[in-house]
Amino acid sequence: MSGTHSELSVSVWRGTREGRYQTYAVPQRESQTVLDVVTFVQRHIDPTLSYRFACRVGVCGSCAMTVNGRPRWTCRTHVSKVAGDGHLEIGPLENLPVIKDLTTDMEVFFEKWQQAQGVFAPTKTRHDAIAQIRPDTPARIAADAGIECINCGVCYAGCDTVRWNSDYLGPAALTRAWTLLNDERDGGNAARLQAISATGGCHACHSHQTCQELCPQALNPTASIAGLKRRTTAAYLRGEIIA
Amino acid sequence: MNVRLYVWQRTTAAIMAPLVLVHIAVIFYATRQGMSAADILSRTQGSIAWAAYYGLFVAAVSIHAAIGMRNVLTEWLPLMERRAGRYAIAFGVLLFVLGFRAIAAVVLP
Repeated sequence: MSGTHSELSVSVWRGTREGRYQTYAVPQRESQTVLDVVTFVQRHIDPTLSYRFACRVGVCGSCAMTVNGRPRWTCRTHVSKVAGDGHLEIGPLENLPVIKDLTTDMEVFFEKWQQAQGVFAPTKTRHDAIAQIRPDTPARIAADAGIECINCGVCYAGCDTVRWNSDYLGPAALTRAWTLLNDERDGGNAARLQAISATGGCHACHSHQTCQELCPQALNPTASIAGLKRRTTAAYLRGEIIA
Repeated sequence: MNVRLYVWQRTTAAIMAPLVLVHIAVIFYATRQGMSAADILSRTQGSIAWAAYYGLFVAAVSIHAAIGMRNVLTEWLPLMERRAGRYAIAFGVLLFVLGFRAIAAVVLP
């Protein structure tokens, strides 16, 4: 490898909300990910280090951390791309309570999915025929654009509005609401529009587009939220939402 | 911000957009002519059209800025929504009174 160091200087957050960064020396390897580095520290240097991961291939969304000041999915983040000077600073995701070390409490993140009515409301039973969904309708295209969210929390951790407004539902929950709003099989849109129009809903978004820039799946939550603003405004003017 | 405040803020923004352009043109004209406040007032005195134009402008500004101020207060200060709303209404009323004072000078004898 060119331009790399034989050893990385890795500062890892230790503690809960109160704590400090502790620095470890970790051997640098070819095609090494940030998750590999954290795993090395836990397996070979300090087994008390707490962190969360599962699939290691960018599917489960559980290994997101703050890497050199920016939230990232660590299993798909190569060290060579983020540690040009041979130093890594790895901390827990921001905007979420820290349980210990690199492990955050995601409860509020998923609670906001529930608040945004991010749960599919079926309109048919298992006895009905399977719905035939055309992939080329505008609604389905809009739903598909946000459907690949893996709930990693990167957008939530990087969102300024979440930092300023603890009631704000956040980009992930609102993107989920947008996909369901455009899902013709779903029957929960009346309650969903009402939920995302309240204080802390889609109208709190400042359209900074940080979520779009950070999303590891290259989704555009800002566009989804803009769609929600249009739909809720139209519903409000038609008298379908009480505010 | 909820959908009701969002609609008010966007509506007042849409109203203000063309008004701001005319307002800026008026400012350029008045400053290039070296006009004082008294000079301007002498030309606009008794004009219902100017009073209506700036009356709409002042009303839109007062509502728009108050909603924006409410957002700033709730996001940047540890204020409850209700209290931030009261401060924002007071701010909006202040803007309206200051603006209305100028309009009153145009139409009132």
